[in-house]
Amino acid sequence: MLLTITTTIRPATDLGFLLHKNPARTQSHELSFGKVHVFYPEATEERCTAAMLLDIDPIGLVRGRKDSHGSDGLLAQYVNDRPFVASSFLSVAIAQVFGSALGGRSKERESLAATPIPLTATLTALPCRGDERLLKELFEPLGWRVRATGRLLDAKMPEWGASPYFDVELTGTKRLSELLSHLYVLVPVLDGDKHYWVAEDEIEKLLRHAGAWLNTHPRREWITHRYLRHQRQLTALALSRLADDGDPDEVALEHASEEAAIERPLSLQERRMDAVLERLREAGARSVVDLGCGEGKFIARLLQERRFERIVGVDVSRSVLSRAKERLGLDRAHSAVAARVELLQGSLTYRDARLSGFDAAVAIEVVEHLDPHRLAMFARNSFAFVGAPVTIVTTPNAEYNSRFEGLARGRLRHRDHRFEWTRAEFRAWAESEARRYARSVEFHAIGDEDPELGPPTQMAVFTSMEKRT
Amino acid sequence: MTVERKLPALSLVVLVGPSGSGKSTFAARHFRPSEVLSSDWFRSRVRDDENDMSGNADAFEALHFVARKRLAAGLLTVIDATNVQREARAPLVALAREFHVVPVAIVLGVPQRIALERNASRPERVDSEHYVRKQYADLRRSLGRDALGALRREGFASVHVLGSLEEIDGATFVREPLWTDRRVERGPFDIIGDVHGCLAELTTLLDRLGYVVTQSGGRAHPQGRRVVLLGDLVDRGPRNVDVLRLARRLVADGTALCVPGNHDRKFLRWLQGREVRISHGLERSIAEVEALPADVQASFRRESAEFLDGLISHFVLDEGRLVVAHAGMKREMQGRASPTVRDFALYGETTGEIDEYGLPVRANWAADYRGEALVVYGHTPVPRAEWLNNTICIDTGCVFGGRLTALRYPELELVDVPAEREWYPPIRPLNAEGSALSAQHEHDDVLDLSDVTGKRIVESRLFRGITLSESETGAALEAMSRFATNPRWIAHLPPTMSPPETSSIDGFLEHPDEALGYYRDAGVRKVICQEKHMGSRAIVVVCRDADTARERFGVLDDGEGAVLTRTGRRFFDASDRERAFLERVRAALSAAGFWERFASDWFVLDCELMPWSAKAQELLREQYAAVGAAATSALPRVVSVLEAATSRTSDCAPLVEKFRRIASSAESFVSAYRRYCWPVADLGDLRLAPFHLLAAEGRVFVDETHEWHMRTLAELAAVDPPWFVATPWRSVDFDDPKSADDAVAWWRELTERGGEGMVVKPWDFVVRGRRGLLQPAVKCRGREYLRIIYGPDYTADEHLSRLRQRGVGRKRALALREFALGIEALERFVRREPLRRVHECVFGVLALESDAVDPRL
Repeated sequence: MLLTITTTIRPATDLGFLLHKNPARTQSHELSFGKVHVFYPEATEERCTAAMLLDIDPIGLVRGRKDSHGSDGLLAQYVNDRPFVASSFLSVAIAQVFGSALGGRSKERESLAATPIPLTATLTALPCRGDERLLKELFEPLGWRVRATGRLLDAKMPEWGASPYFDVELTGTKRLSELLSHLYVLVPVLDGDKHYWVAEDEIEKLLRHAGAWLNTHPRREWITHRYLRHQRQLTALALSRLADDGDPDEVALEHASEEAAIERPLSLQERRMDAVLERLREAGARSVVDLGCGEGKFIARLLQERRFERIVGVDVSRSVLSRAKERLGLDRAHSAVAARVELLQGSLTYRDARLSGFDAAVAIEVVEHLDPHRLAMFARNSFAFVGAPVTIVTTPNAEYNSRFEGLARGRLRHRDHRFEWTRAEFRAWAESEARRYARSVEFHAIGDEDPELGPPTQMAVFTSMEKRT
Repeated sequence: MTVERKLPALSLVVLVGPSGSGKSTFAARHFRPSEVLSSDWFRSRVRDDENDMSGNADAFEALHFVARKRLAAGLLTVIDATNVQREARAPLVALAREFHVVPVAIVLGVPQRIALERNASRPERVDSEHYVRKQYADLRRSLGRDALGALRREGFASVHVLGSLEEIDGATFVREPLWTDRRVERGPFDIIGDVHGCLAELTTLLDRLGYVVTQSGGRAHPQGRRVVLLGDLVDRGPRNVDVLRLARRLVADGTALCVPGNHDRKFLRWLQGREVRISHGLERSIAEVEALPADVQASFRRESAEFLDGLISHFVLDEGRLVVAHAGMKREMQGRASPTVRDFALYGETTGEIDEYGLPVRANWAADYRGEALVVYGHTPVPRAEWLNNTICIDTGCVFGGRLTALRYPELELVDVPAEREWYPPIRPLNAEGSALSAQHEHDDVLDLSDVTGKRIVESRLFRGITLSESETGAALEAMSRFATNPRWIAHLPPTMSPPETSSIDGFLEHPDEALGYYRDAGVRKVICQEKHMGSRAIVVVCRDADTARERFGVLDDGEGAVLTRTGRRFFDASDRERAFLERVRAALSAAGFWERFASDWFVLDCELMPWSAKAQELLREQYAAVGAAATSALPRVVSVLEAATSRTSDCAPLVEKFRRIASSAESFVSAYRRYCWPVADLGDLRLAPFHLLAAEGRVFVDETHEWHMRTLAELAAVDPPWFVATPWRSVDFDDPKSADDAVAWWRELTERGGEGMVVKPWDFVVRGRRGLLQPAVKCRGREYLRIIYGPDYTADEHLSRLRQRGVGRKRALALREFALGIEALERFVRREPLRRVHECVFGVLALESDAVDPRL
């Protein structure tokens, strides 16, 4: 909420010309989120400090805001950190209040604007998930000395750990416009929250302000990814009210990408789909139900082969299904695809008459998302009610986890995984369910096998006894 | 000439007659306009011209569509079309059979000459003479000389051929209820399962049920109760002839109703001299009959055949609340008549498979049963009579050495007598390895999606017709599937609670004046004010032991109770922690003597569990503490920079003042949330404040006052303080203004000490005002507490004035519906209804909770 910029160039009060703000008085600007005040706590020949104070209206942020989907304001709570932290609002303020300076223009001090000068900037409460090393990695390559001060989240509750905010001081000799453009881009990048102000021209803005320096920045990719990542469609707010831990779709997406990142070196996902497809072809399946289809990656693969005449994807999340629908192009009229595929909201723990009568059912990386006490229901549902002649289940092999570099010991691959099975545990479960529901079961390895730990993914193929004979 | 003809009340009446035979006039005279589906009318609707024959196919498609809807709804339907060809009539007969209604044909035999004259007088009919002649030819060809016989062969169960104008004009129709329709018979009944010749057991059972022997050798009940025999009177057992005689006597005396079983049917066919395979115990019945002296035998054969032939497949009794049939009856067949219905009543439904004992595998129609009527049936010997989806099979295999069972209706009590011996060896062992769970619990293992999703209207006792939209149930499905716990434990979810209307008192957003005013204005005389604890809502479901969890909740290996959040999640992630928690609750219930006092082995308690930080860790850290940390680190720096600037330029003085105020609000905000946080090292650091004793065996305590709940739960809390917290409360009597002032003062004191506030409830649990059900509770939160809802600096005038514009209407509408659904869930659970019926309600609460209502209310 507070940015100060200090210079010791002589006369230091030229800072006022560079910023187009008179040091003699306090100037206030009305912006969409509240007011921005610019004033000078010191202004002498030797040293001049300009302060930009964001006076954000916490009520205005919540009230009367409608997002593009017509649902409630983007900020669901009056209690939020936006008024007190350095966030994308600061970037907006820089662009609107210090616009000329950001662009490197100054009517009165044209050459000074183009000259590196000694500058110190301070930011209060700059969000930074991680430690101050990240701050250094971002600002030091740009020529800043970084001093960051962290503190406890709550001094009275030390067990809650460190605060995610730092007071940061940047010192260096740079052009003022460089300082402002670095802040313009990197503050929202550090802030994990959404850019409430962004419009469609986000990429353009990034290129305009960071084009000059971003290309050579060692963390270039990360910065771009973080800057652009919140463009995704906002998801059902209704759901976030039910789920007690924030916007579940955002979280789920992030977790899914974490899982993919962990497994990436093997392109395990591709191999998993190949393995399942192979089994489906072998079984001669022409109709397939994909239990827990997610965004429809596997359905897209099934669609590539004409032999799969009827494909039904089931997922419990309506927002995930709508992404799948988009991805598969089902919303386009007269699509030849639409005739073969259908997406249904459903649940693995409820019986669903729409899911019976298929040649094969697949549950790819799904069981581990169920609470263990609901597994019995899943099995009864899959085998007794869906009851396809062939049922394929894949799940991570927990033993293999120690081979993943990005995964801490004892952690699961995805934050929504309720458990991960060893080979023996998976076998025991699969064999007992196979006995109960008169299926034979075969096990297959997916991915490169470790001689001791086995494959990264395990697969069980259940075949009904009738089908065999 | 008036001839009165009988017409089954539920039939598909097919008028047969060429154009000009007067069908529409005839239909208008005998039927209501809504009952008659005329092809002319449909043609005019699909083509704008009822004579445009190009619309025929479309018109008949539409007519059939409407006919199907009417028949499914159980409404008599008349088809007003020529129906002169066999091909036109056949689909109508099939339609009647599909919906199990009686196909009736009425032929209007108007002479061709008259039909031609009538048509000639209707100039709009182009080329009518040609059509009429053709229709007469079609009619003659398809019916021949014996119209009645021909139509019967086509499948019409009842045919009226009105051969002349006089007959047509003179006909009258009297509607008769179907034979199965005995709705006027209200009971009480004693329904008895398959007897199979076990006379001794039958008479013992009748004795036990209180029947006394009459002079005729029959029975009568002093209270006028009546017997219902579910069929399979004969075969396998020792006294088949005598059982049949007794049954006939009871029916003849009006003491009993009897429906036929498959064995009775086969025995009848033998009596009628038809060829039957003599097996499955028929040999015993035959041997008994053949051993009778010749003269006795002849009359026995005749009377028995007459008796058995006259039995009706099933009965719908007691205003439609009770259905009895030998092998059960699906909802869509109840009270209807067709060969399929009769077969279903006798044999049930089989899947076509054969089991390991060589017996046909029976399709479990009861598992899919969703009807309102209770269905009592026999046919399949079961080890014990068990309820499943409002149905019960009471054939407990007496002849195989099991028991003969009766169900007393409407009491729904089972009375049984053991078999004196095994009279016939069972093919399938009677006590085959059973599940540890009851049939209903076993069946409930998997809930059906179609019972919860889509647009739904849920009926509840407190609030009629609660509508859930498709998007609401969709959101609930996701929440239920991904996060909620075992549905068997979720017997209740709590409603949301509305705040009062906004206060106009300076500096206050909420104040007790409005909360009390809500009830006073609605005409309530007395309310209770309870301290509102700041923790997390917890529904504690606790069983006395594992047996109760299994028998009452159908839960195996998932604890002896559960602690649920308001969205049906498990409160504790670790099951050992939950177990220890429940153990402590159980110990208190024991010490307070609650198990005995309420004669219950389980309870459902509505509580607040503290501290807030125990459950809301993530929320606290990521939202509240984070805001506090950001604010308290940034603001002092802002203030000091502003102070430095003030010494140079005075124009920022107002800013200094403003940000000093905000800085101090931030400090208050941090103190506000800190009050509700303390470290929890172990179970002992938790605090549980129960405020509703929701339910126990046989009871939902909504008929008790809130004062009763407070006092009762205070007794429980007294056993284990301070772990259990007795909630402080005050009563307010609106006839005594001082009591309201005292409550306001109490609220001030509570909230100034940092308390969250209070909850105002009417004295009675459920109260209806002039405009229907009143809010079950209204919360009134304290000024400091609201900082953590509306932001640190919400008390500033500039903010407060805008915050006052809030509407509580939507929130209140939801609160009422959720309250009604939550109570309905408990009431259904207490009545031992199937899980899906309970789940429907709690699912509804979650669905409504997905609604976009201002979360700060």
